[in-house]
Amino acid sequence: MIHSLFLVNSSGDIFLEKHWKSVVSRSVCDYFFEAQERASEPENVPPVIPTPHHYLISVLRHRIYFVAVIQSEVPPLFVIEFLHRVVDTFQDYFGVCTEAAIKDNVVVVYELLEEMLDNGFPLATESNILKELIKPPTILRTVVNTITGSTNVGEQLPTGQLSVVPWRRTGVKYTNNEAYFDVVEEIDAIIDKSGSTITAEIQGVIDACVKLSGMPDLTLSFMNPRLLDDVSFHPCVRFKRWEAERILSFIPPDGNFRLLSYHVSSQNLVAIPVYVKHNITFREGSSQGRFELTLGPKQTMGKAVESVLVSSQLPRGVLNVNLNPSQGTYTFDPVTKLLSWDVGKINPQKLPSLKGSMSLQAGASKPDENPTINIQFKIQQMAISGLKVNRLDMYGEKYKPFKGIKYMTKAGKFQVRT
Amino acid sequence: TKTPRPWSIFGYFELDIELHEMLDSNKDSLKLEAMKRIVAMIARGKNASDLFPAVVKNVACKNIEVKKLVYVYLVRYAEEQQDLALLSISTFQRGLKDPNQLIRASALRVLSSIRVTIIVPIMMLAIKEAASDMSPYVRKTAAHAIPKLYSLDPDQKDQLIEVIEKLLADKTTLVAGSVVMAFEEVCPERIDLIHKNYRKLCNLLIDVEEWGQVVIINMLTRYARTQFLNPNESLLEEGGEKTFYGSDEEEGKEDKVEAAALVVKRKPYVMDPDHRLLLRNTKPLLQSRNAAVVMAVAQLYFHLAPKAEVGVIAKALVRLMRSHSEVQYVVLQNVATMTIKRRGMFEPYLKSFYIRSTDPTQIKVLKLEVLTNLANETNISTILREFQTYIKSMDKDFVAATIQAIGRCATNIGEVRDTCLNGLVQLLSNRDELVVAESVVVIKKLLQMQPEKHSDIIKHMAKLTDNIQVPMARASILWLIGEYCEHVPKIAPDVLRKMAKSFTNEEDIVKLQILNLAAKLYLTNSKQTKLLTQYVLNLAKYDQNYDIRDRARFIRQLIVPTDKSGALSKYAKKLFLALKPAPVLESPFKDRDHFQLGSLSHLLNAKAGGYQELPDWPESAPDPSVRNVEVKYPTCSMNMQAGRSRDLKDCIVSTAARNFWMNPKPPPNYLLSSTKSKEPKDRSDSESEDEEESSTESSESESEEESESDTDAKKKKKVLLSISINHTLQGNTSPLGRLWTEPPVLCPSMKAFCVALLLKCSFPSPQAASPTCGPLKTYELLHRITGEGLAVTYCFSRRPFTGDPHMVSVQIQFTNNTEVEARSLRVLEPKLQSGMRIAEFPEIGQSSGRTGCLSLFSLNTHTKKFFVTIQPPVGELMMPIFMTENEFKKEQGELGTRQAPVFMDHVIIQRVISTANLSRVPCGSAMECRFAGKTVTSGSLVLVTVVTKEERAAQVTVNCEKMLIGTMLVKDILQALSQ
Repeated sequence: MIHSLFLVNSSGDIFLEKHWKSVVSRSVCDYFFEAQERASEPENVPPVIPTPHHYLISVLRHRIYFVAVIQSEVPPLFVIEFLHRVVDTFQDYFGVCTEAAIKDNVVVVYELLEEMLDNGFPLATESNILKELIKPPTILRTVVNTITGSTNVGEQLPTGQLSVVPWRRTGVKYTNNEAYFDVVEEIDAIIDKSGSTITAEIQGVIDACVKLSGMPDLTLSFMNPRLLDDVSFHPCVRFKRWEAERILSFIPPDGNFRLLSYHVSSQNLVAIPVYVKHNITFREGSSQGRFELTLGPKQTMGKAVESVLVSSQLPRGVLNVNLNPSQGTYTFDPVTKLLSWDVGKINPQKLPSLKGSMSLQAGASKPDENPTINIQFKIQQMAISGLKVNRLDMYGEKYKPFKGIKYMTKAGKFQVRT
Repeated sequence: TKTPRPWSIFGYFELDIELHEMLDSNKDSLKLEAMKRIVAMIARGKNASDLFPAVVKNVACKNIEVKKLVYVYLVRYAEEQQDLALLSISTFQRGLKDPNQLIRASALRVLSSIRVTIIVPIMMLAIKEAASDMSPYVRKTAAHAIPKLYSLDPDQKDQLIEVIEKLLADKTTLVAGSVVMAFEEVCPERIDLIHKNYRKLCNLLIDVEEWGQVVIINMLTRYARTQFLNPNESLLEEGGEKTFYGSDEEEGKEDKVEAAALVVKRKPYVMDPDHRLLLRNTKPLLQSRNAAVVMAVAQLYFHLAPKAEVGVIAKALVRLMRSHSEVQYVVLQNVATMTIKRRGMFEPYLKSFYIRSTDPTQIKVLKLEVLTNLANETNISTILREFQTYIKSMDKDFVAATIQAIGRCATNIGEVRDTCLNGLVQLLSNRDELVVAESVVVIKKLLQMQPEKHSDIIKHMAKLTDNIQVPMARASILWLIGEYCEHVPKIAPDVLRKMAKSFTNEEDIVKLQILNLAAKLYLTNSKQTKLLTQYVLNLAKYDQNYDIRDRARFIRQLIVPTDKSGALSKYAKKLFLALKPAPVLESPFKDRDHFQLGSLSHLLNAKAGGYQELPDWPESAPDPSVRNVEVKYPTCSMNMQAGRSRDLKDCIVSTAARNFWMNPKPPPNYLLSSTKSKEPKDRSDSESEDEEESSTESSESESEEESESDTDAKKKKKVLLSISINHTLQGNTSPLGRLWTEPPVLCPSMKAFCVALLLKCSFPSPQAASPTCGPLKTYELLHRITGEGLAVTYCFSRRPFTGDPHMVSVQIQFTNNTEVEARSLRVLEPKLQSGMRIAEFPEIGQSSGRTGCLSLFSLNTHTKKFFVTIQPPVGELMMPIFMTENEFKKEQGELGTRQAPVFMDHVIIQRVISTANLSRVPCGSAMECRFAGKTVTSGSLVLVTVVTKEERAAQVTVNCEKMLIGTMLVKDILQALSQ
């Protein structure tokens, strides 16, 4: 399946290679570089590139291309999904997945890749199993290792691979047993010029941080499970139980994991928590344009809209802007023409606004496109769909765990056309 | 390749020397540091092969991280340093016998990753052993090792298929995914191996790890296409559902016509329960977090489910669109293909395909494709409104694609054609030239559909020639004016005039269109344009491009009447101004669904290496009973496991064999005879000997027949079996079966004796039948020359004989070296010594429909009866057992001892194992090798210890309560070791 893996940084250097079968010369990446040159933007490099003898399947994450070399038919998603899993694992291990982090931990990276694939076929991809095999580097451990010469490789054998719950390591012990669940919902929306919603949908996830001893068996039930239109589960969730009772029943992995992702049925009307009033105009024959933007909250159920960030890609003809924010700060990059305005919290009594002028290239005709405005925001303690967790129960262990549920709503791909 | 280092060449050596020293040191921490540096070098793509000897020495290092890094290094460079790599093999062989399953697995993993051809037999042996390991994890590793060995040596295919077949029968989820992976890489064409495992795979699916699920689902899709009927072909089942989805209407009509014809002959469609099982068991996996699994299920439904049920996949696929852009890219490609056949399914999700300004261009273009495919009369106005905003985008490639999309909507949906055309015409005044050019090209295509109504648009476009520079657009305008010059009689000659002026500076495609325009004008309006045409043709005559010169010459001959011009010029007008059909604007994704969706080949729209075609549905369903799993008959299931059952015929044979078992009457003598019979005998009665005498003619055939026979002997060293051809009638009394019950005690002589034979024939394979690899000794039963072309060999397969655990399997292989068909091989009159038994097999070679005779001669030249003798070495009469060192020692104390000094050899283990069917006992000392087994019949323990001493000397100790066996085994081992 996967023959080799090359890691390419943004300046086009191969800084890591790993082969699972016979060695493939790194010159195969030349085809990738060609495609990279042809693509105007980094994300426009085709994920699948055929070459005379191989196929290159790549993903771009954290400005690193992970290029897998394939020799024969294999479902492309299989490879793409695996590569993303690799990136997630690196992130899990090193906190960040950057070129520097990978280079600093090259041995751990190699050991991980060795365990994750056997002959190009995925072997151990569960983070719980990997962590038993190879301990993640921590500052303390690095110091201890340098002094004592001990290793990152787990001494005991990966028993998890043999168990019926391969995602959970055995012999977990905590003094404080706790289980936290974050219900995070994102609103994807396109709002048109006049402020009406073209499309809006809610995607949610439940991320869990479970630190419980032994083999706890958890059930999580919702007040209103009917809201969930389409769901995908962590493999630990018992599907039958969900089908029959709409209850999430599972033996959790140890640590952080994503329990559930869901989509709220599109029949439900989506409450849009912010509105934008805008007036962006260019006049023919003038080298000045007007820019006015005002944000306001709506349908937030009394919760504050926080961490608001507005960004917009201005037309190429704009040379510079001269704007005046009523709150927060703005930046404009004259090269990429990206305007971003860090608004902060919206105060309903005093709506934040950004007003001023744009200077255009003299003599150039007026840009015929209007910029789109992308908005990010957060609303704490609220799931915009109204989803509510009813209760969380634990079976199989005797202790009393500490339980916590947190709700949050965020903007996903939230765009306002002007 | 080495890249020059920044420091001097001495620096390089210094580094090397330093690493050497570190690797040689006694401190694990130094070794570890050195290995880390080396691995970092490998990661950067630097060559570290010089260090091979120094690194490989550390393969047995106690430090687990050093060991792992050495493995990494070893696997990377073993191919380049084959000889040195062999040094490490024994370490892994030792690991293969470790009592800890994880160590066994990891040893097999590394061993099989070493790409050195010379160790192929060792790998093969290791894989076979691991495939019957107690631990599912080790069996999983064995499955992983199969494709590795196959890629190293494709000649091992047949043997590997046997292992695959065995592992396919495994009932654990851990193994299922890996073995199907091996199946797909080694023998994807052997769909017959799946039959018996089909239901089990379906039921295990949900618990298999996600990567395995993908592989299994893809394989089962292919399987289902060969075994079940098309659920969408029957009118009766679908009935009113036909028009459930708007897009299916046309298809539905066709189907109805077709179905109406079919309904007469076809029974109402009933879905095979196994087909239903697959659909039911895969559906929950649409909820997987793994995009590849979701896609795999989606393609399965698309290819296999009844139309009414396919809809469920849409929601899951739309969900995947929230994922990373690479995932979106692949999913959108597949959705684009699906929307052509099944538009209705995605219509409710139209808005999910709306484009955001932040999407990468390649995603935008694909979404546009999907939107275009989804467009119909009801939603076109919304879609066009969306398109209008897209046209204002800053991403010009995307705008161009949008214009194309508008063009396609306009051709597909008549109602909006005028609206689209007007919109596009407005774009002609766009400031961006690319936009204008794209619009021109699309307008040209649209105008071709109804030119007479749009002369004003053509006029408008004619004016554009002054400004627009994109060659494709210029060429399109010129073609339009030429084609419809009668609609714009005033403007056309003027355009030609301008073009004639700029002819030399134009691009080739524009020049060709200028010629075209000139020719058409000359034919319709020669008064005004004659001179201009001549001028243009003259310019073209001297053009650098020969295509243009050719075209000019051709046109001149055709349109300018001369005395020489032929008959064609009369038809010039018809030729140039014929009515041209309007182009059909099609989706590039049309017809892509002949590739299995979700595959690499589908994505590239080209067959990738190793792609397995998705077969068409069969006309009539193959026998569904092949998937029935028999539990009652051990013989049959053994056949399956052993990987030998190629077709039904084999099953019959083994059924017959079973009958023998049931037979209570044990006559003392048998003959293995070869008889030519006209018709296959009633198989259930096949124990009755064929009355026909074998005739002697030798019609030639190249058939090779393998037969496998599982023989079991009591604790003897010798089996006598006569193969003969007999003229005489054998009574219908069943001569086969269990002859004697087990003798209660060990006989020192060779009197008690039974042979169990199970005969199998597998015609397609010309390969040797030996199920085990190299180290197994093959003995000759009948030489090719003595047998008149029929060679018979046998070996002890060392597999347990499922018919009776107290019997020993003997595998007999028949090779027909003549071109005559060999038929009716039978055992006649086995002369068994007392205590021996034979499990009979039926005559073979009947059911293939081949005729001919087996030329067997007995000592009497006419009888074609061969007397043969099977003599099993004592070592074959035992079976390995697994025990720990302590158990071994304990047992040893209780048993009698036979000792003999031998010379030590480093292949000692192999020699011992090839001599006797024993298994190794893990052992702490490097000087000692221990083996354990028990006799097949009585289960008496046999323990062997080989202690190495100085000067290549060693001592062999055999402990066994059966004195005779002990003595003989010592002798045999001694002989083997001192060779």
